[in-house]
Formats: sequence, structure tokens, C-alpha cells
Amino acid sequence: MFADTKRRSRGAGVILTLASALALAACSTSGGGAKPANASDAPEKSDKTFAATKAGDPVFASTYKPFPNVATAIRGATIYDGKGGKIENGVVFMSGGTITSVGGPDTPIPADIAVFDGTGKFVTPGIIDIHSHLGDYPSPGVEAHSDGNEATAPTTPEVWAEHSVWPQDPGFSRAMANGGITALQILPGSANLMGGRSVTLKNVPARTVQGMKFPGAPYGLKMACGENPKRVYGGRGRMPSTRMGNFAVNRETWLAAIDYANEKDPKRDLAKETLVGVLKGEILVHNHCYRADEMALVLDMAKEMGYKVSTFHHAVEAYKIGDLLKENEVCSAIWADWYGFKMESYDGILENAAFLQREGACVVIHSDDQNDIQRLNQEAAKAQAAGKRVGIDISDATVIGWITLNPAKAMGIADKTGSLEVGKMADVVLWNGDPLSVYSRPEKVWIDGALMFDAMNPKTRPVSDFELGQPGEGDVK
Amino acid sequence: MKALSHLGLTLAASALALSAPAMAQDLVVTNAKLVIGDGSAPIEGGVVIVDDGKVVFAGKPTPGQTFSTDVLVDAGGAWVTPGIFATVTTLGLADVSAVDESNDITAGETPFSAALDAATAINPTSQHILVHKAAGITRATTSMLPAGSIFAGQGAIIDLDGDARPVMQARAFQMINLGEGGADRAGGSRSAAHALLRAALREAQALAGKPGIPETTEIGKDDEVLLSRFDAEALVPVVTGKQKLYVAADRMADIRAVLALKAEYPKLDLVLVGATEGWLVADEIAAAGVPVIANGLIDLPETFEQLGATQSNVGRLAKAGVKVAVNAATMQDPRRLQQVAGNLVALTKMPGATGLSWDQAFAAISSVPAEISGMGGKAGVLKPGALGDVVIWTDDPLEVGSVPSTVFIGGVKQDLTNHQTRLRDRYLDLDESNRPKAYDW
Repeated sequence: MFADTKRRSRGAGVILTLASALALAACSTSGGGAKPANASDAPEKSDKTFAATKAGDPVFASTYKPFPNVATAIRGATIYDGKGGKIENGVVFMSGGTITSVGGPDTPIPADIAVFDGTGKFVTPGIIDIHSHLGDYPSPGVEAHSDGNEATAPTTPEVWAEHSVWPQDPGFSRAMANGGITALQILPGSANLMGGRSVTLKNVPARTVQGMKFPGAPYGLKMACGENPKRVYGGRGRMPSTRMGNFAVNRETWLAAIDYANEKDPKRDLAKETLVGVLKGEILVHNHCYRADEMALVLDMAKEMGYKVSTFHHAVEAYKIGDLLKENEVCSAIWADWYGFKMESYDGILENAAFLQREGACVVIHSDDQNDIQRLNQEAAKAQAAGKRVGIDISDATVIGWITLNPAKAMGIADKTGSLEVGKMADVVLWNGDPLSVYSRPEKVWIDGALMFDAMNPKTRPVSDFELGQPGEGDVK
Repeated sequence: MKALSHLGLTLAASALALSAPAMAQDLVVTNAKLVIGDGSAPIEGGVVIVDDGKVVFAGKPTPGQTFSTDVLVDAGGAWVTPGIFATVTTLGLADVSAVDESNDITAGETPFSAALDAATAINPTSQHILVHKAAGITRATTSMLPAGSIFAGQGAIIDLDGDARPVMQARAFQMINLGEGGADRAGGSRSAAHALLRAALREAQALAGKPGIPETTEIGKDDEVLLSRFDAEALVPVVTGKQKLYVAADRMADIRAVLALKAEYPKLDLVLVGATEGWLVADEIAAAGVPVIANGLIDLPETFEQLGATQSNVGRLAKAGVKVAVNAATMQDPRRLQQVAGNLVALTKMPGATGLSWDQAFAAISSVPAEISGMGGKAGVLKPGALGDVVIWTDDPLEVGSVPSTVFIGGVKQDLTNHQTRLRDRYLDLDESNRPKAYDW
């Protein structure tokens, strides 16, 4: 009986919905002059040549535009410039979306601009996460949202992470409000040897992914070593099922891409276009690789095929080969303390970053996690402290570079962001205390000079479409 | 007889009761920035005295007494705290969680559920135990996770000293999942999870006082056993209130459904685990007197049962009068408990957010989880009669990067060496000019 009532009322609802839909349709036809489609609408020319744009032409172009900004200065704060410098009682002045000046207390600023008192506070460049899956594995993390691994073939360089990004992922706003994240790289997952292209985003709320795309950022190619590809495909009884299988499939794929690159007028091939982009140095390789011995093998494969590795991600054992990584100018994107959850993470140690820094190798602290991305500053501080305990004293200013300029370099955007330098994008975080302390949080976050988050003003807290009308909407989170 | 050394310390007379033969060395830590762990403020110039493995004094010394001891540690003004009590961990149950052979955390293939006993699987020298000891965790609850049923089985309270007897209390609690995870494992709906729980508790009630008598009907579906008579028997202490029942639930409605169980089964000794949306029903939880082992920093709607997630959850629960500890289960590793507690303190500076004072935050990872686990006054606190778990820190223990310089468990100084420290020492340089790294040990 209860069920009957329910069914009836649902039926009535459907009728109402249809009626209103009809009304809407009537409005739109009376208001517009569009001709109804019918069978007589044949193409005007039957001999038309069809063609996509050429390989390399811009597609899915960034529509990101900086939000309105007002000329702003922060005065009196301790400034870490991201490239190893520290200024006490400093001034950061931004206008027109870019950094106008950075300096000591005497740095001149115009009289008629917004000035924030940073006394007792700290300023850093916007924090950059080189390894995120926000949008591709968004919250809620239900199967219908699982868009991070095209795990249907061991190499899928043809897929692009941006085509999976859901801009409404609430994780973006948490990363900004709690972690000061202003730019981030979204990578495909690690099921495949070649997972596809990454995309670099400005961390602004937007209706489309194009509205977040970092203008001018190069693409990355996500590759993966080790356990994941061999497990995923070996588990299906196909190649690769071993580490040697991983390398064989990679090398065959690169050889085919080299042949393609040498063709005069090749038929378009999305997968090979990505690989050719790598060979040309236009697309940066981000290689998930935990073990030191495996990283060394990858470096040899890169030499064989004539490409460069930008960064090893999850490089848990990088500390064992800091000299080799330095020599090859490869960055290591690492966690501070993840260890022991899989065989290839068994040798993870807290001193990884410090040992790399000791060798002069490039250190990046990354998250690969929707929670840790909110605290990359703290992860960097943990790694710093571990080094200090064994006599490797790394300055706070250098450590801030692990989460600002170093990831920017590794992602190919260091000419635009990652440090507080005149002319760069005004991506800036004002922290309410030392950013390397657990007790500090971002107070204000500017992206291209626009104030995108202000802890003191609840209305500057972004709420994604998904969160509207839900418990906790607009809460401090 | 132990060698006594005199110490020109000024101590309360009550601290001098030294007569029984020492199980552990006597220990005095002086000049400490002393944290009792019970939510009180740190004491500058504090002293801790441990005798026979137990605390006999902790606080500000009073003039006029001397004390004899085997081990004297001058903390030099460093922070000294009770050991961290990590609750809802899987410590000792896996070497590498992704390596099935080494992983005893779940048992999806077994016909047993509530009868599973984590204590039988614990490896006291698991690297995870050794690494977490070096992070200042001295005691923990450890439990399997639900796999084939809503029941995870019976969790244990362990110490982390790596000796032959890691289990302090076996079968300390039963854990079940009554959220999305439980629904999935019970057959696809929360209703199925609740029906299974009630059926199981009814069988347990029928068995109460008659262990071993095979009266219960096996509950199964297809070829799967959801509840065998052994499982029902294992639930007798739950239904009679002799064993705690940890219930994982996140959604406000699920939390209310857990609290309502008390109306049907008044003897249940309930503990909520997770409780992401707990802050929305904080007053109801407080009124029910049910303690919560709450997620600390979860602030994303990672599931539909966590839509209201906020880092202010713990603070708001505490403010409402709920006894709330920080849950280790949702962290990368339990050694992040200190970091999470520190973050809860950071919230106190954020407009609109609710955090914890430093003193409350430390209690939420020491005395409060110990109390919730049934170890009140024994662990996670430095008070007379408590276990002599004393940790000396390099810095403020809630600050990132702070680690213990010295750890005592039950009054015994711990070796903090583990696989990680050995790798660290081996790779302090990359010099292989004489011999390969394999000889660096």
C-alpha cells in the first residue's frame, strides 16, 4: 500500500515535469529563429574534404583568465622567495596580476593600494603540487568518478588527464584553503607503463577544465615503473607480467614512436603524437618509479631512445642514487614519510629528501593524495627535520623551494611561477605563522594577484556545485 | 641488588616507596617540560619517577628529599610525555600490506568473522611496530578490518617494546562497520548490516552463560558463512557488556542508529569509530555517553556518508562534552597522530573553526584513547600507578619533525633501531671507494 502511494506520486511528478518541459520548449521555439532539423538538411557540398587540425596545433586551449585583482602589498612579514632567499620584515607588492617588487622594509609601495600587515606572519610563493589526481579521482570517490587510469592496455599515451578532470571536485578548494596550493599537475594513474598526458592547472574554481588550464604549461607524459603495470596486466595473463616485461613493452613502444617521428607525412596517431612530443623535448616525462635500481635502468632506456626524464615520482629510494640523479639532472618527487605499504616502498626513510639535497640533487615534495596536498608545507618540514637530526642542516628558505620553485622547474613553468620574482605571476600565500610549523595555516591566497581565499572572510571560501545544499556547505572544512 | 646512586633531588616523600625487587630498572627523569597527558598544562622543571615499571611520581618536585635510582636522565628542559596511545591501528598485522602473504589485516576468505582474534596474528618485531615505537607510540589497539562480514573480529591492546609478549589484552573489543562498508559486506544495504547485527546479537544472547553449546543456527548466503556458531559465541561478551563494541559509522543517520542500539541491547559498551559527521549530532552523542574515536583531519566528502566532513569535527565533539580521541585508522600511518593533533591546535587560530588546546590535543592521542580502550590510568598518562611509558622529545611533540630522543616502555629504555634507521646510517654517504654498500653494516 505504501509502495502504491509512492508509485502514484512519482507518476504525478513525471507528468508535471513533462508539462514544464513542454512549456520551456514552446518558449524557446517562439523566441528563436532556428529552423527545425529535417531530412532535407543535406550537406551543401558532397565533395567537402574533412580534416582535423594538425598534430601540434593547440586544442582544448586554456581559457583561464586571471580574476580581477587590485594592486596589493604585504608589509612586515618574513618572506621566503622560493629560490632560497629569506627577507625579514619584507615587502611583496603585486599589481596587474604580477609581482611588481619584492624586498626589505624600505621597498617603495604606492600610497593608494591595499596594504596588508604581515607582522608575525610569513609569505611564500603559491605552493605547487607536482603529483595530484584531483578531478580524475575526485570526491566522492565512487566508481562512477574513477577516471584516473585507462587501465585497458599497458601503454595509453593517447589519453589526456584533462579529459577526465571534474572541475567540481571539492578537493581543489581544500588544497587552496588549507595548503596554499595555487598550481598543480594532474597525472593519469600508474596502472599503465605509459599512462597518458598530464595537465597543469591553476587552482581556481572554474566551470570547465579549460578554465583552469595553466596558460603555456607544457604537457607531461606519465610513465610508471615496477609493481603496478606488471600486476595489472600480469593479473590478466598478458604482457607485461614482470619488470623485464615492463621494459620490453616500453622499448618496443619507443622504437615504434621513433619510426613514426621519422615519417615524412604520418597519418595522425594520438599515442605516437604524445611520444614524439617527448622525443622533441616538448612534453616532460614524469616517471612513477620507487626503486633506485629501476630508476637507473629507466635513465639508460631514456638514453637509448633519446628522451629525458624530468622527474621520478614516488622516488622512495632516490637517496640511494642521489649522485646519479644529480648527474642526470632529474628531480625526485617524494613523500616525507610514506613507507612500507608495498614491496617497492619497503626501504622508504625519512631522510630521503635531505640525502638528495646533500648530493645537490633536485628535491620536490609531492602529495599523490587529496589530504596530503592540504599540508605539503608540513611534509616538507618533516623531511627537513629528519635531515637535521643526522647533521644535514637545510635552511627553511631552501625547504620552501621543495614545494614552490623546484616543482615549477620540473613541470616547465618556472619562468611564470614558483618564486617571488618581479614579473612572475602573483601566486602568493600569506601564512598566519611559520609555514614549516604544524601550527600555521594559509591566511590569504592570491592567484595571479586575485585574492582567491581569505580565512578571515567566509565568503571567499569556494563551495563546489557538488557541495551546494549538502551537510556542511560553506563550513570552514 | 641494584646499584644505587644518590641524587641531590628534591622530591615528595610519597615518591620513596621503594621496596619490591625491580622488574625493571628504576628510572628518574629530571628537568623535564613535563606533560602528564590528562589534559593538564605542561609542568616546567618536572620530574618523573618510575619504579618496577610503574610511575610512582610525576610532577613538580617539592623540597627536602633525596632519591636513589639506577637510571638518572636529565632531560635538559626537553618535553617529556607519556607514550602515545594509538587507537584503531593494524600494527603488527602486516609487514607490507600490498604483499598478501605478509598481510593478516583482512581475511575475506574465511568462514569466520566475529570469532577472529587479532592477538593470534601479531608479530611484535614487525618493522611497523619498531618504526612506530621510534615515533613515540608505546601502546596501541590493533585490529583486523572487516572483509567478509560487518564483523572485523576481536582487537587487542598491545605494547610496542618488541619483546615476546606484545599482547597486553587480547579480545579487548569487537569491531563492526555499520556504514557504507558494512552495508556492502552484509549484502548491499545498511538494512542488511543491521539485520545481521541483530540476528548475531540475538544468537549471542541465547548463548550467554552457555558457551560451547551449539544452539545457534549458522547464518549464510549461498556458499558464504556470515555468522557461524563460533562467531555468535564470540559475541556473548559483547551482548553482556563485558567486551567493548567499536562501531565504525560516519553519517549522522548511521551514528543515530548506533546510539539507538542501546535501547535494544542496554548492556552494549559502545564506542564510535570514525564519526565524520559526528559534529552534527554532538549533543546526542554526549547525552548517550558514548566515546568517539574520531577522524581528525578528514575534510572531504570522500564518500556520501562523509558529506559533512570537517577538520572541526574533533573540536566540536569535545566542546559538546564528548570524550573524543583521534582515530589512527584513516592516517597514512599512526605515527602521524602527533601531526594530526598539532593541526587540531592550529585550528584554534582559524575563524569559524573549532580545534583543541594543546593540552587537550595531546590528551586526545594519549590518555583519552587509553581510557576509551579500558586502560584509563594505566597508559597514556604519567600518574602514580600508570605504566612507565616515558618519552623524551627533540622538540614540542605535536610539532612536525619532532621525534623521541629516548623512549621508555614499562620503565625499560628502548632500542630505537629499525630497518629505517639502519638504511639511514648506511646511506649517510654514498662512498663506495673501498667496498660496496653491502659491507656498510
